[in-house]
Amino acid sequence: MDLSLSTETMGDRTIVRVGGEIDVYTAPKLREQLVELVNDGSFHLVVDMEGVDFLDSTGLGVLVGGLKRVRAHEGSLRLVCNQERILKIFRITGLTKVFPIHTSVEEAVAATD
Amino acid sequence: MATVELRFSALPEHVRTARLVAAAVARRAGVDEAVLDEVRLAVGEACSRAVGLHQAGGISAPVKVLLIEEEKQFSIEVGDEAPHAVPGNADSAGGSGGGDAEIEEDQMGLAVISGLVDDVEVSAGKHGGSIRMRWPTTPPPAVID
Repeated sequence: MDLSLSTETMGDRTIVRVGGEIDVYTAPKLREQLVELVNDGSFHLVVDMEGVDFLDSTGLGVLVGGLKRVRAHEGSLRLVCNQERILKIFRITGLTKVFPIHTSVEEAVAATD
Repeated sequence: MATVELRFSALPEHVRTARLVAAAVARRAGVDEAVLDEVRLAVGEACSRAVGLHQAGGISAPVKVLLIEEEKQFSIEVGDEAPHAVPGNADSAGGSGGGDAEIEEDQMGLAVISGLVDDVEVSAGKHGGSIRMRWPTTPPPAVID
């Protein structure tokens, strides 16, 4: 399955809904999307990963890159994920301490630092 | 001899194929269903790393994946032909170069593999490297004639 991406604005937050597989082949598309959003002035991103079937370290690298970019503008990048197999990769790499991970888009949108 | 041997051009689009083949052979070999996600991810990481090494080194040779069914265990070996040097020639003081980002990604891939797989060997030499991973298999129920 390929990668699907869509965006939606909720107040000052931009929701990026990701579906399919994020791997070495598809991750550049996600990177482009995040870079474009930041370049267009969206600095508070919520990446909804509920539709993601597969995530590898290339995908993690893209998310970390996105986080660096929004932080440069005092922004935020929050994740929405309830899938154990995806959460496991964040735990293994210690990235659960880096990304705020929420159980729903509503919770992520309502969250403040 | 490997149960299944797969060679593919060092292109990112083929990594998914390698993941699917590895998971299918692992399932047939008797690797626990609950572990198949880990097999898929670990093979993907090893293949992505090999593809990256081949592309960075301009190596046209294919990436090689050996899927080996043995008694009580299933092994996967992902081989590359990139001459491995210690990543010390990049500027370690900088921190903003693309080379550093590549090394970071490579390290993250290895971190994921070692976090997922208990039995893993990483070897590297002048003529290439390999990552060998092993998982226990459940023998099929005994068949009585």
